[in-house]
Amino acid sequence: MSLALATTSRPDATGAPFDVDAVRRDFPVLAREVNGRPLCYLDNAASSQHPRAVIDAISSYYETSHANVHRGVHRLSQEATDLFEGARETLRGFVNARSTREIVFVRGTTEAINLVAQSYARPRLGPGDEILISWLEHHANIVPWQMVCEQTGAKLRVIPITRRGEVDFDAFLGLIGERTRLLALSHVSNALGTVVPVERYIREARRRGIPVLLDGAQAVPHLPVDVQALDCDFYCWSGHKMCGPTGIGVLYGRESLLEAMPPWQGGGDMILAVGFDRTVYNALPWKFEAGTPHIAGAIGLAAAVRYLQALGLERIAAAEHELLEYATRRVEEIPGLTIVGTAPEKAAVVSFTLERVHPHDLGTILDHDGVAIRTGHHCAMPVMEFFGVPATARASFAFYNTRAEVDRLVESLHVAREMLG
Amino acid sequence: MDLKDLYRDVIVDHNRNPRNFRPMPDADRHADGFNPLCGDRLTLYVKLDGDRISDVSFQGDGCAISVASASLLTESVRGRTVPEAEALFSTMHRVLTREGEDADPAVLGKLAALSGVREFPARVKCASLCWHTLEAALHSEAAPVSTE
Ligand SMILES: Cc1ncc(COP(=O)(O)O)c(C=O)c1O
Repeated sequence: MSLALATTSRPDATGAPFDVDAVRRDFPVLAREVNGRPLCYLDNAASSQHPRAVIDAISSYYETSHANVHRGVHRLSQEATDLFEGARETLRGFVNARSTREIVFVRGTTEAINLVAQSYARPRLGPGDEILISWLEHHANIVPWQMVCEQTGAKLRVIPITRRGEVDFDAFLGLIGERTRLLALSHVSNALGTVVPVERYIREARRRGIPVLLDGAQAVPHLPVDVQALDCDFYCWSGHKMCGPTGIGVLYGRESLLEAMPPWQGGGDMILAVGFDRTVYNALPWKFEAGTPHIAGAIGLAAAVRYLQALGLERIAAAEHELLEYATRRVEEIPGLTIVGTAPEKAAVVSFTLERVHPHDLGTILDHDGVAIRTGHHCAMPVMEFFGVPATARASFAFYNTRAEVDRLVESLHVAREMLG
Repeated sequence: MDLKDLYRDVIVDHNRNPRNFRPMPDADRHADGFNPLCGDRLTLYVKLDGDRISDVSFQGDGCAISVASASLLTESVRGRTVPEAEALFSTMHRVLTREGEDADPAVLGKLAALSGVREFPARVKCASLCWHTLEAALHSEAAPVSTE
């Protein structure tokens, strides 16, 4: 995507397009068939697929170096610890955090947001305080705040969106104020693909001394992210949407804030010394990593980062943007089809409805042709409500998708129209 | 498995032109059903004459399977007694899952058109939502029915 976002230039980002056939051979699952047709996987916003490099990194770890981390002097424990902490350094570099102390491994975006809600927000909030989110949010960036509001008496305020699916900046300026204690925004909407120009929002919040959390679950796989350039306080994302494993994700937190936050969960690894009358917590980032972590997950995620960086994040963004433009043009030709979410800046997500054909039926009919899309409310029920639809169908593209796959999507949509329309 | 097994002509017809698709202001019983997975929502209305279902209608928004299933339901339970409707529900339940492969077509009538659903496990809940909702309406359970 040729976005004027906070980017860092990568040495490998040459701008020249890559060979998509060669890239596809890196992903074993793309060779399989569904219902006798080659798999056409267009559900990348829900979860992406894994290149061989990620699968190999995980198996090689299990085959040669598995042991618990941070607690043994024996060889395997040392190796596992080196791999795990090495992964942390890779993830630090990926978003250009200042230090690995700011990189906390969690289960995913959901856990990262809950951690901030309970450890940062809960002790600080009281009646009259406000948390500001937008109408675009995934349930993961709504419910943890509702819970904290219930616990503290604080209020959740919601920035409205426009018919195109953009967060309404003017309305935001009217909502942010004296009582706002935290701004929590998605960087890219999963339901619509809207890229939120978060820089403007962060600037306004920081001018008022209000910390900002970004839900980067959909952003990280598709555009280069630099947390220092963004100047946000928390950035949350999941491994499984960027070719990494499930069960692993990252909370980036500004060190001064993390330092001041109490631990979220207690147990092993997050302590330095335990006595019955006093326990000394571990340093950052381990203070927030109670218990044995998902070691293989972190290693797999680091391998995903290296894979994406070798391809070039700018080239990935460009390839996906090209697919988005082509897919948008092609599906718009289908009579009765309406694209939901038409913001000027979008990730490679096309959410739509088709007259007289319910999204759930579309999902089944497309699956019959080997085409995998997501149908439903996409864990963003308020977005569906805003557009007055119970559900949409959503095709979401990754850099390993092709124009030919877009054509198959369109072909299957015609079949659905003929069958049910 | 063939898509035409799922989307049989009867289903397509009942989806395009759902029968008894109307509110019933003077209903004796009604219940709401909701399938959070796909957003199907329906309200089922029942008028009772003793323990006989003298009228039944529905409204809502859902996929072809859930709309057609509800439409077919209204046609097949009208005029039946509550115990008869409940017996039909249990037969339907077996038809929609594997166990009902031997169900008597004469008992089912047009409902047999839904038997293809069992080949598409992800869609069974769409077809059964209206039946669970009918059950709730007959027992007038206050909370909306959810398939989850
Ligand atoms: C924008 C957004 N936020 C949060 C999440 C939750 O991510 P996870 O389920 O990996 O915790 C998702 C994933 O569906 C998402 O798309």
